[in-house]
Amino acid sequence: MFSYYIKLALVSMRKTPGLVALMVLAIGLGIGAAMTTVTVNYLMGTNPIPHKGDDLFAIQLDSWDPNEPHSEPNLPPDQVTYTDAINLIDSAPAFRQTAQSRTAQVIELTGEQGKELKPYLATARTNYADFFPMFDVPFLYGKGWTKQEDLNSAFVAVLSKQTNEKLFGGENSVGKTFLFGAKVMQVVGILDTWAPLPKFYDLTTGAFDEPEALYIPFTTQVSNEWGRSGNTNCWKPVDGEGYQGFIQSECVWIQFWAELPNEEAKQDYKSFIDNYAREQKKLGRFPRPLNNRLNSVPQWLEVQKVVTNDAQILMWLSALFLLVCLLNTIGLMLAKFIGKSGEIGLRRAVGASKQSIFNQHLMEATCVGLLGGLFGLFLTWLGLQGIQSLYSNLNNALMQLDIKMALSAVLLAILATVLAGLYPTIMASKVLPATQLKSQ
Amino acid sequence: MLKMHNVSKAYITDSVKTQALQSFSLEVKAGDFIAVTGPSGSGKTTFLNISGLLEGFCEGQYLLDGQDVSKLNDKDRSRLRNEKIGFVFQSFNLIPELNLFDNVDVPLRYRGFNKAQRKQRIEEALNKVGLAGRMNHYPTQLSGGQQQRVAIARALAGSPAFLLADEPTGNLDSQMADGVMALLKEINASGTTIVMVTHDQEQALQASRIIHVRDGQVEEVIHEQKAIA
Repeated sequence: MFSYYIKLALVSMRKTPGLVALMVLAIGLGIGAAMTTVTVNYLMGTNPIPHKGDDLFAIQLDSWDPNEPHSEPNLPPDQVTYTDAINLIDSAPAFRQTAQSRTAQVIELTGEQGKELKPYLATARTNYADFFPMFDVPFLYGKGWTKQEDLNSAFVAVLSKQTNEKLFGGENSVGKTFLFGAKVMQVVGILDTWAPLPKFYDLTTGAFDEPEALYIPFTTQVSNEWGRSGNTNCWKPVDGEGYQGFIQSECVWIQFWAELPNEEAKQDYKSFIDNYAREQKKLGRFPRPLNNRLNSVPQWLEVQKVVTNDAQILMWLSALFLLVCLLNTIGLMLAKFIGKSGEIGLRRAVGASKQSIFNQHLMEATCVGLLGGLFGLFLTWLGLQGIQSLYSNLNNALMQLDIKMALSAVLLAILATVLAGLYPTIMASKVLPATQLKSQ
Repeated sequence: MLKMHNVSKAYITDSVKTQALQSFSLEVKAGDFIAVTGPSGSGKTTFLNISGLLEGFCEGQYLLDGQDVSKLNDKDRSRLRNEKIGFVFQSFNLIPELNLFDNVDVPLRYRGFNKAQRKQRIEEALNKVGLAGRMNHYPTQLSGGQQQRVAIARALAGSPAFLLADEPTGNLDSQMADGVMALLKEINASGTTIVMVTHDQEQALQASRIIHVRDGQVEEVIHEQKAIA
């Protein structure tokens, strides 16, 4: 009977193309709006490094103002001071750890190549060697720099795939040099495509922004006194003069991450930073009560409110819109099924049970839902393209409709339409055959 | 075969009670061709609907092939209706979007026949009513008489014991009506019991028995003869 019901659904849909088109439009619009916002929300909140998400920790040290917390409810700063970053790098018992910041400098090529490429401003992530293995950063050529090169403030760089294409035409450029901030930098590695979403390792400069053009040692940034290209927060004035004065200050501007592969390592690390804070208190720093934190990746996304309230409200609004569309669909389907009362009466007379009539019309609702879902999928894609063109700075992956979401859209459409069709379907199965057959 | 004893049926709308059938008793035997006549509103169609299990009743007993139908649930009533009864309506009630083949197929689908069985039955039924060559046509491409023949083919395809016809010639001109009546008599002659509601006295006279109904009761059996072969 399944194929018979499909056949009847198609015949019935061909009979009233206008009504079907309206239903498909209503469902499609509802699904399109809902899935566009759901997709963005879903991708915003997805753990970008699920296999290591519980081993990686964003470190928070509460070195903030004694009179008020960095942010409510009593949260420590989301970055650390230079003093603390260096102390932790030197002594904290992590399997791997990195301090990171950003700097923007001019890139240019030397020699013949330099004539072809105009100098341009590029932002580099400045980090420690551990950054690459910690975050499973994929390499196309070469590898990250060494710990020794961190210590030496070496002029080495890892290029993003795009930057390597721009500078060296995408070839294996390991060993080649270019100028960054007027310093000759040597390429040690080229990344494969890598753009985790959200950009969990640095949420301070846009959780959904594209990654930086290149990576250089943090120590190189500091030793060259290169400025930072990111957020800086201070709770008290900078005492000293110049760059050195700034880095000795209580201003926070460095993201700090540690890889702690088991519970014991985590406990050790937590004890270490608490003891460290106690030591610092003796030196007159860390005036607030002890409040240091280790946040796993999912915790960090939550604490930093990566999925904004606005995005969530938009999602709920679009869910309401879907509901309104479905209410319309109920009305349209009721009109359609009432128009079929004569046929239903006849089918009942020749032996169809209420269940058969119910099944037949449920199949019709499913087919309408499927069409609505496919149309909704198209609208979702269109919606995501629209958002992408409006917010070109955002990571494109945020606007990608993966198979899981596409299937969800179609399933949601079918489920919603079947639910919307339930009342009309029940009404259809209750048609009294005797009344209908006489009134024909 | 069909036995009603003191069957009553009342419709209640807005506190107005209309007694459609009152202590209605009738027995139809296998092979009968019964014509049910009576003025409008006398309860003919209600009798036919109850006979065809399209409506329930308030009191009394109705046995169809010895089975008490008042105790059946919707599924069993539907199955019984499908297996035992074929309907022919005044307005044909064909589904315009389906061709003749698919229209005749409708009751067979609910019987659970396989594809080959259905095809054979459809072709036989359409052949019997002289429309085998037009099974891919749609109802709107046919005359009224031909449409009613298709409806008869649909009713016959499942080999029912009963054919219930509600003014089967009511929408046809006299020539077409004669053709349909001849077909019904032929079907009756081959063993199918027919109960036909009609206003037409001439057609009623062609039945083996005429039941005259008035005010929801069998008033009299006004004529009895063997159906004209």
